[in-house]
Amino acid sequence: MAVTIVLAVIIITGFITGIRLMQSPQTALWGNRLGALSMVVAIAYTFIATGHGTPNAAIIFIVIGGMIGLILGQSVKMIHMPQTVALLNGLGGAASALVVWAALLAYAGEGSAMLFWGTSGLAMGVGALTFSGSIIAVLKLQGLAFQKPVQLKGHGHLLRITILLAALLIIINLGLLGQYYWILLPIAALLALLGGLFMTLRIGGADMPIVISLLNSFSGVAAAIAGLAVENLILTGTGALVGVAGLILTRIMCRAMNRSLISVLAGFTPGVHETSPHAEAGGDRSTEELKIPEEPVIDEREKPGEETTEEITETGEEDKKHFTEDDLPQLMKSAERVIIVPGYGMAVAQAQSAVGQLAGAFESQGKEVKFAIHPVAGRMPGHMNVLLAEAGIDYEKLMDMDAINPQFEHADLVIAVGACDVINPAANAAEGTPISGMPILNAENAKNVIICNLDEKPGYSGVDNILYEQSHVITIWGNAAETIPELTKMLNSNS
Amino acid sequence: MLPALLVILVAAVLLGYRAISAVPSLLHTPLMSGMNALSGITVIGAIAVFITSPQGGSGWAAAALVLAMINVAGGFWVTERMLKMFKGKKRGSEVQDIPWQ
Repeated sequence: MAVTIVLAVIIITGFITGIRLMQSPQTALWGNRLGALSMVVAIAYTFIATGHGTPNAAIIFIVIGGMIGLILGQSVKMIHMPQTVALLNGLGGAASALVVWAALLAYAGEGSAMLFWGTSGLAMGVGALTFSGSIIAVLKLQGLAFQKPVQLKGHGHLLRITILLAALLIIINLGLLGQYYWILLPIAALLALLGGLFMTLRIGGADMPIVISLLNSFSGVAAAIAGLAVENLILTGTGALVGVAGLILTRIMCRAMNRSLISVLAGFTPGVHETSPHAEAGGDRSTEELKIPEEPVIDEREKPGEETTEEITETGEEDKKHFTEDDLPQLMKSAERVIIVPGYGMAVAQAQSAVGQLAGAFESQGKEVKFAIHPVAGRMPGHMNVLLAEAGIDYEKLMDMDAINPQFEHADLVIAVGACDVINPAANAAEGTPISGMPILNAENAKNVIICNLDEKPGYSGVDNILYEQSHVITIWGNAAETIPELTKMLNSNS
Repeated sequence: MLPALLVILVAAVLLGYRAISAVPSLLHTPLMSGMNALSGITVIGAIAVFITSPQGGSGWAAAALVLAMINVAGGFWVTERMLKMFKGKKRGSEVQDIPWQ
């Protein structure tokens, strides 16, 4: 007992220290390795404590799972991190539910404590919900199914009823001290699986960062409760860590998107409600004022299909513009301080390395370049940073919103790539729009702004970007993978 | 056992909250994949149940074992790959942005 407690404290301290090392990109790698080492110690100790160190068939399953995990970890692309994390959230939830079920079948009996009956039911419920919810999230993110939010008839009721019924069965099981656990808990788990489906089915693409964070938290909560059920200190403590991390990230994401968790889960998606004639992603418009490359070729599946097309204000824009295509080279060459604002559109267009080259071109001319990263630029927290790091951009240049916002007014030029809502001043200026009050990057304050978006359709929120109209802004429509190299060429030209 | 369980639960929540809040948004994706790996800690519960269960439960425990190990191995490895991509110019020095005035 005493040994168990000491070891549990050591292992959990190892995990926490690992997280602390993640506070800086210079030490983060060692933080991850310390975490892995602590995990190995935990597994080895469990073998010694329960199996007395003798060889056991469990090793076979460890090897199988470990191999699958390594192959997955090695093969996954960085652009696919959101669905990878979502998948692992789901597996974690499922594992916790299964462990508790196995423990029930193995040990459950007359003498089992109330705590056991309560926590085991709860762990199965939370684990099952995490699993099904995550699988739907994976399907959506991978573009395999349900990309458009699915709203069933009486969706909210279905969600509430399934979850309430599951909770009720878990409570009844507790009250009956597990007399009928073998039938009550599987039904509760099935209901929780349904609840997970209903929860995620109606969630739209741009709300994914919130949902993934929440499911991340759930997978930890399920583990922590399972730990209480099987009376395992390490499992309880570590599960709690994961649960807290997920909650913190969920809160950050909600704030950054100006959404409440409730409204996300309730399936309220700004801009989608009345309209469903889905704007086909790209391809049907050619209203560029600037004839930069040909028609955008963008994978339609990746495009969050939630935009509305109602008002496209395309006439009369040219009149207001002070710049034309001919001004671009001069505009870029005269800029000393440049801020690049990457949005999810950049990732969809796979224009990261093109953007990296543009930044390099600016720097080789002695100009300063910084990147402004909005917290929800991407499909999961921090996703954009990973994509830019992959493109070889130094992390010192990746600024978060709070750090970069005061610097926009000192910038000569902002280049926004595939970003719309996160730079839309309507968030501050207009009342009653879905993005009103959402924190944005103050790109508006820069001397000049170049916007390279696929088209002039509004972003996910459906709110027209009032920045497009301003006189110090020049817009370039088209696939960023083609328009950005064009800019680089202009910058390097000698004219 | 219950008091020890509750103490470690509360301690992990409090200490974890402090440590995790200090992780910069730059590293939030690796943080999440790292948390995936940690949620694979269920593997130790699965091992314990698998080894000690007399009968019945071991098939389910084996399934849990495999799933949890996918999390452990996949989570740590993908985090490792990701963190290796974060490169800074000024090696060894602290990240410092000189704000434009």
